[in-house]
Amino acid sequence: MGKPLDLVVLVKQVPDSGADRVLRESNFTVDREASDSVVNEMDEYAIEEALRLKGEHGGTVALLTMGPEQAVTSIRKALQMGADAAVHVTDAALAGSCAVKTSEVLAAALGTLQWDLVLCGAESTDGQLCVIPAMLAQRLDVAALTGARQLTIADADSTGERVGTIQRQTETGYQTIQASLPAVVSVWDTINEPHYPTFRDIMAAKSKPVSTLRLADLGIDAAEVGFFGATSVVTSVVPRPPRGAGVVIDAGADAGAKLVEFLASRKLV
Amino acid sequence: MSSDNVATEVLVLAEHTDGTLSKTTAELITAARILGEPAVVLLVSGSSGEASGGSSDATVDALCAQLGELGVAHVVLARSPEFGLYLVTPVVQALAQLVRERKPAAVLLTASADGKEVAGRLAVLTGSGLLTDVTELHGDGTATQEIFAGSAIVASRIITGTPIYAIRRNAITSQLAVPVQPEVHTVEVLLSASARASRILDSVVEPKGNRPELTEASVVVAGGRGVGRAEDFQLLEQLADQLGGAVGASRAATDGGLYPHQFQVGQTGKSVSPQLYIACGISGAIQHRAGMQTAKNIVVINSDSTSPIFDIADFGIVGDLHEVLPQTITALRERAGS
Repeated sequence: MGKPLDLVVLVKQVPDSGADRVLRESNFTVDREASDSVVNEMDEYAIEEALRLKGEHGGTVALLTMGPEQAVTSIRKALQMGADAAVHVTDAALAGSCAVKTSEVLAAALGTLQWDLVLCGAESTDGQLCVIPAMLAQRLDVAALTGARQLTIADADSTGERVGTIQRQTETGYQTIQASLPAVVSVWDTINEPHYPTFRDIMAAKSKPVSTLRLADLGIDAAEVGFFGATSVVTSVVPRPPRGAGVVIDAGADAGAKLVEFLASRKLV
Repeated sequence: MSSDNVATEVLVLAEHTDGTLSKTTAELITAARILGEPAVVLLVSGSSGEASGGSSDATVDALCAQLGELGVAHVVLARSPEFGLYLVTPVVQALAQLVRERKPAAVLLTASADGKEVAGRLAVLTGSGLLTDVTELHGDGTATQEIFAGSAIVASRIITGTPIYAIRRNAITSQLAVPVQPEVHTVEVLLSASARASRILDSVVEPKGNRPELTEASVVVAGGRGVGRAEDFQLLEQLADQLGGAVGASRAATDGGLYPHQFQVGQTGKSVSPQLYIACGISGAIQHRAGMQTAKNIVVINSDSTSPIFDIADFGIVGDLHEVLPQTITALRERAGS
């Protein structure tokens, strides 16, 4: 076993995507209390991958979450998978932060931690911007290994340098991308199969350390972030207009012909 | 170079492979005209005069000719062998340099995986706001996006820096323009060491046959658990081929091993917005609808009439896809033959 790896996994609490999700009518920010909150699914794959790497190389796994006080529920839940500790960046002034400012806060928080690798899910089910991993790499001036469906970390060479290699999932196949550590890695759900925590893991998670960071601890001005510091403003939100009532027929011998008639009527064939 | 541009220049990052512009590039150019005058940024690997390995002068000429056909008067050309060697960062640095030099009114690029990473990094580097997966753009800079599985439409405006918009593919219909002879401005791009952090060792295309890209296809035929067996996806493939479309699958189908994971449509897979989406044996869980409900026309074939997917169908058939698909294939063949 080579040099141990210090790993930080970004974990986001998101509204349950299986339920109705809403924006607040007052300022169009996500109403994070209106629907059940869960750990962003893709992040569980990042946690699993971090645990696998720890098993292989030794080291530590810490979780990092930015979110309201209540996000601690998701942090505890995520800790059940087996990470060692968690850091919770929380501050009332952070509510309504845009992606640009979120990446600034997360980069500052990562600056207070020791790590060789930052792992995260390639996207969240709420914002779905898929930009945070790349933004963090940009801000931290480290390599980005984004969109991984496979990750390997080679042991350090004689100079002490360690190299990470991923298969980056693309629309047509994959790319092999390689970079020296430290690096930010984002993963898709094709990378592994997250395990279910055992009863022992669940009990152990209750006593794992969760530390809190406020904006003041990070030296970030509250006016620069959150709703009032956002780089974009929402001007309106409307529910998607319902699709016009469609035609539904029962299949018979002529169902295929009727379908082709429909396609022709819409000039699709 | 000096900035001799009017304030309403809008930079558009062209997407191209093997000397051909992507269909989305035309959509971006149409979108850019809503905000100002498009200047298309053409980043090509290889250096001038190089015949092999990189892009030859002939490739650049071909791309400029295609841009001229789209009515683009200004092309900003930068060549560097490094564009193809490192993941997104050389492109980011080139664009950041152009934003500093040309002070455009906005930057438009494609909301692909690479495009969104470029957009995010460019926002950080230029101190700007960004909006991704934009489906509509207005003259005052307001952009619309669909959120929460397409259940709501949000309009937003960027209020910081040079607005960066990553435009969703197939969302904006490209408009014809009067062809012109573009003026090509060649620029020297200076890359720093941090552009070389993530090396691309190889790019592997996994076999997908001759079908169009799922995310670019104007027709998608998708199957779910109801397809039953992996070999029955051949029925969907046959129909897709007749319609010149791509084949997709629900998560239930890919998790169940019926079809390769790369074709998954939905919240955790790809988002598609084709002219026609034919859902076969898909129940229509909210996570699946998230990836396809912006399709212009939705056809549903499912034996369970209570499946939620029927709620968004323009044309639905309650029946066994194993019977309806062969009928459809035959009917299409007869139509083509008549």
